Amino acid sequence: MRNPLSKTIVNIQPSGIRKFFDIVSEMDDAISLGVGEPDFDTPWRVRDEAIYSLEQGRTFYTSNSGLKELKEEISSYLMRKYDLTYHPANEIFVTVGGSEAIDLAFRAMLDSGDEVLIPQPSYVSYEPCAILANGTPVIIDLKEENEFRLTAQELEDAITEKTKILVLPFPNNPTGAVMECKDLEAIAEVIIKHDIFVMTDEIYSELSYGEEPHVSIASLPGMKERTVYINGFSKAFAMTGWRLGYVCAPHEIIAQMLKIHQFAIMCAPTTSQYAAVEALRSCDDEVAAMKEEYNGRRRYLMARFKEMGLQCFEPYGAFYVFPSIKEFGMTSDEFATKLLESKKVAVVPGTAFGASGEGFIRISYAYSLDQLKLALDRMEEFISELRN
Amino acid sequence: MREKILSYMEKNARIDLKDLATVLGEDEVSIMNELEKMEAENIIAGYHTMINWDKAGVEKVTGMIEVRVTPQRGMGFDKVANHIYNYPEVSSVYLISGGFDFMVIIEGKTLREVAEFVSNKLSALDSVLSTKTNFILKKYKEAGTILVDKPHDERMKMSL
Repeated sequence: MRNPLSKTIVNIQPSGIRKFFDIVSEMDDAISLGVGEPDFDTPWRVRDEAIYSLEQGRTFYTSNSGLKELKEEISSYLMRKYDLTYHPANEIFVTVGGSEAIDLAFRAMLDSGDEVLIPQPSYVSYEPCAILANGTPVIIDLKEENEFRLTAQELEDAITEKTKILVLPFPNNPTGAVMECKDLEAIAEVIIKHDIFVMTDEIYSELSYGEEPHVSIASLPGMKERTVYINGFSKAFAMTGWRLGYVCAPHEIIAQMLKIHQFAIMCAPTTSQYAAVEALRSCDDEVAAMKEEYNGRRRYLMARFKEMGLQCFEPYGAFYVFPSIKEFGMTSDEFATKLLESKKVAVVPGTAFGASGEGFIRISYAYSLDQLKLALDRMEEFISELRN
Repeated sequence: MREKILSYMEKNARIDLKDLATVLGEDEVSIMNELEKMEAENIIAGYHTMINWDKAGVEKVTGMIEVRVTPQRGMGFDKVANHIYNYPEVSSVYLISGGFDFMVIIEGKTLREVAEFVSNKLSALDSVLSTKTNFILKKYKEAGTILVDKPHDERMKMSL
């Protein structure tokens, strides 16, 4: 029989995060600090709206690009929060999570041989999705001494004649790094000079804890026309399972992305779309309260690391911290495995997010303070045993 | 800073001082000073334990009594309220707008105990015109905490 599989797919490695959780689920009293999704329930008023939409029998497809009402709400939300102007009729559409938008953007924009710049450590999907779209991923290794921000020089050094898209994943999973306005201005200059495009994944934009509020690169002069802006409901509104995101871009790009979406997906889930309208209209307080809670946990973790003498740059975004474990002379994978085996605490090795994550571990603080405390106590024991 | 402390403590009364300071991003000494001041000013009126008595297997009966009264000359409702809230059986007293004047919450061991308190003590007060006793059958949620089911982590293994 012939080989039924595509070589391209077979050569793509599965995500490295799962391995640990398979072990965790076998252990009785293991604590996981590995999950990358909010620990809060979706606000009740959002769930209630979904139930109401079902009671009303709104169980049909929506238009391919999504409910008009929702696109209008997205448009005004982006204006209100990030000073972005996207027209609901032809510059926005609703996707099945931000992850669908990542896939579509690559497929709509890349031709064979086009290079995609992917700063790492970062979310696990960019590289495989770029490959699936016939693109050539080119990795930019971000550095701890720059607080894992992308610098203009790093960008400049990575650009070739084939470079088409820069992926901009900030606030960042797994490092928690953010790019402030001045950082974005510096890279925007390089982007414009070399006439490349940006796919900015701002799914964690609401979870930004610095003095300066989150700024989108799309709001900088000359950038909207070369930016694909991706966001969604999973992180800010604790709506992961609803599978709902959206993408905003110039009409020419949106039209091509929408074509793929139309043939492959039809439309995002109708119930989720009705729920999301309510989320954008009336959940500002709940979003703010969740953010405040995350921020308290973030401060707690940073204080504990300081006490333990564990090196960690202070992250101002998402719900992850990314401490360095280089002093222990182990790989991230060895450290995470030993920590799990001896203290039953699961963290994710930094290398799951790219080779430049070596020497770091990702800790998620989408867990209650009590759980974090318990896990950090165990980690402290582990570290002091290693040092002796 | 006070509001920040209070909204955190309202749900986490047992958090220790050091952790509270860390979580709020303030220093320990100023948090301690504020807490002491707020205790002295009766802004923080106590640190109680919320108990789900149903689960503890201890019999308790709670009655919510609607009370209509005649206000006392010169003192309005406060004097009547004072008379009522000094009984140890009374756990809460609220002045209410609407069809009656006070909502009085009484806890007892049995229905009879609560009923006897209402008829012998509360109704017997000169200023009380009438009472209507409502017994609580089941507590679903109290002071922002859902009592009927304890949430648990249902998040599954995911690759992100």
